[in-house]
Amino acid sequence: MDSATVIWNLASLFIIGLSYFAGFTFIIGLLVKFIGYMRTPMPLPGVTTPAPTSESGAVGRVIGDLLIFPNLFKADKVLWTGAWIFHVCLGAILFRHLRYFTYPVPRLVLYMEPVALFFGYLFGAAALFLLWRRLALPRSLYISNLPDYFALALLGGIAGSGILVSYWAKVYLVDVKAFILGLLTLHPVAPPQHWLFLLHYGLVLALLLYFPFSKLLHAGGLIFSPSRNQPYQIQKKGKRYVNPWDYPVR
Amino acid sequence: MAKFDETPILKDPAHNGILSAPNLREHATAEVHCWPSKAKDMLAIDLPAERVPDWQEKMIAKFGELLDKNSALRVYMDICVRCGACTDKCQFFLGTGDPQNFPVARAELMRKVYRRYFTPGGRMFPQLNDAEDLDEAMLQKWYTYFYQCSECRRCSVFCPYGIDTAEITMAAREIMASAGVATKYVTEVVAKVYETGNNLGIPPLAWIDNCEFLEDEMEEETGQRILFPVDDYGADILLVPPSADNFANVDTMIGYGKLFHTLGIRWTTSTYCDEGGNFGLFLNYYNLKKVNKRIIDAARMLNVKTIIWGECGHAWRGAILTPTLNGPMDMFDPPYPYHISQYIVKILRSGALDGKIDKSANDHYRVTYHDPCNTARAGQLLDEPREILRACANNFVEMPADTIREKTYCCGGGGGLLSDEIMPIRMAGGKPRAMAVKHVEANYLATICAICKAQLPEVMKYWDVPTEVGGVIQLLGNALKI
Repeated sequence: MDSATVIWNLASLFIIGLSYFAGFTFIIGLLVKFIGYMRTPMPLPGVTTPAPTSESGAVGRVIGDLLIFPNLFKADKVLWTGAWIFHVCLGAILFRHLRYFTYPVPRLVLYMEPVALFFGYLFGAAALFLLWRRLALPRSLYISNLPDYFALALLGGIAGSGILVSYWAKVYLVDVKAFILGLLTLHPVAPPQHWLFLLHYGLVLALLLYFPFSKLLHAGGLIFSPSRNQPYQIQKKGKRYVNPWDYPVR
Repeated sequence: MAKFDETPILKDPAHNGILSAPNLREHATAEVHCWPSKAKDMLAIDLPAERVPDWQEKMIAKFGELLDKNSALRVYMDICVRCGACTDKCQFFLGTGDPQNFPVARAELMRKVYRRYFTPGGRMFPQLNDAEDLDEAMLQKWYTYFYQCSECRRCSVFCPYGIDTAEITMAAREIMASAGVATKYVTEVVAKVYETGNNLGIPPLAWIDNCEFLEDEMEEETGQRILFPVDDYGADILLVPPSADNFANVDTMIGYGKLFHTLGIRWTTSTYCDEGGNFGLFLNYYNLKKVNKRIIDAARMLNVKTIIWGECGHAWRGAILTPTLNGPMDMFDPPYPYHISQYIVKILRSGALDGKIDKSANDHYRVTYHDPCNTARAGQLLDEPREILRACANNFVEMPADTIREKTYCCGGGGGLLSDEIMPIRMAGGKPRAMAVKHVEANYLATICAICKAQLPEVMKYWDVPTEVGGVIQLLGNALKI
């Protein structure tokens, strides 16, 4: 073996190891966070009214929050437009990535192939808009911190490298799929030797590593927000909201 | 701390009753502080007399404890993305321009400390993660800005995750209190409750005196003996009003009396607990529970059938917590808790007041309704007061949609801020409400909160809005034919 092959083999091992480490950190990190939210009691009813009075109504309200961001719509229509497009595109792009993870590929994923690039560009545009807004509005600039810019830059970098690797410096799809399915089936093979793909993939691993320790937890964290996920309690005989750590006072 | 030489209060006019976001004026209210607590009050409410020497460790330990005890705090420390949707929603920012009064900036004061001590990134690389030590300067910022928040939750209505700054402010105040840092006004009021049974420090005999005085006054005015019973064992209803109703807002008290007189209901107040308001909400869980317990104890002592809460905003928030804090309430008649507005609406719908209301008695008023923050955003009382107003007044107008119902502005004096030394904050915070009232040219601003009734007349005077401020039930009292 020549030295280039040795180096590539070592790099492949490193990338495979890092992949498992990042995936593990992401899953365990999210589980620890979300189980932590779930196990922490809410001592007192704390819903923001007007609120639904039934459990199912509260569930409906949270689902609405997840899908259409009604509070943000009330607050700022321009920001809502940018943010909603950003998230819908993100969802569409993630969905399209199923083609790298599944065999056979679901029909719906294939159907969206003609518009996939559109979602990619729109996502990039929305990310740029959100960045512009942070910098251009004095109120947003005042509250933005380094992690805010980092998260946007990371997602923007992933989007940009992703578009390039799919439509410009194309990576050979079969290699990518072999690599990803190998990882998933615990029979890892070497990644495609394609520097742009490796950049894209490396940024994704960085995102996975960063996610559980960052504000990106807002994805899913919303489900645990007591001001939204509780119904307004109408106390009845024999039924009350109990604080598990309550103590007596004199 | 940087000096700010201009007045903290912004004078820019509103357009169509709505204030737009002002330019940023950093540190505009950095020097407006509440007076610190007195040792005797702190000791009376089971808190350290003064700031403890190891305050930093104490506060961090308390912070950790609350993170494990309160999921709202835990979640809200993590999930804010600083999108900025809330930045132009707080009345204290709109009135002052101080960006530290952005709800998000206020909460970030706490998040910076959270990240420093409770997240791996903040522990290892504080600068990269916007994490800061809980040092003297940070404590000063906490003390200043967490006592410039009225816990009104307006920001929560506009936050895509419903992040409730009230929960964060409450936690920050509880953490500070545990280390002996609190304000004079809030601690003094809680201490007064334990001493006299109410926030104003009215002794029981004076309460009884006031009630007898009202009975005489009413007899002179109406020729009838309208009762204001006190400590009537076995009454049907224990009314828990804010104590100010029997002191500053007697017209509200008269409204209660006239209503129960018309209905022929046996009601009473209690000298053990003649206060619905609960300043424990603005301080810590222990005192919240202890103040709240007095209501249940009073109701048991007097063996009443049910408890009705009077016109008071944070009393109603406390009322909603009562079954949890000191329940179960199964020995009383449901619903519990029961608000006077809900009670009146039930009576109105039953027809018991048909023919007994003369709406024209309020014809000289152009009435509008100010939703108190706690009844609207914590207590689901949005339609009831409006139904009552429409039933007893002919001229009822609504203020602009962005300033009412769940989007209502705080009066500027809630959450333990109704104290004279922070008058600039109070007047600035009341500005959005004053502008909305001015826009609809109402001459009667009805509300169901004693704090609002104390704060808003001063706000209206300051912003030159000629409006009388009073209770909803006061108008009903005017209209009742007796």
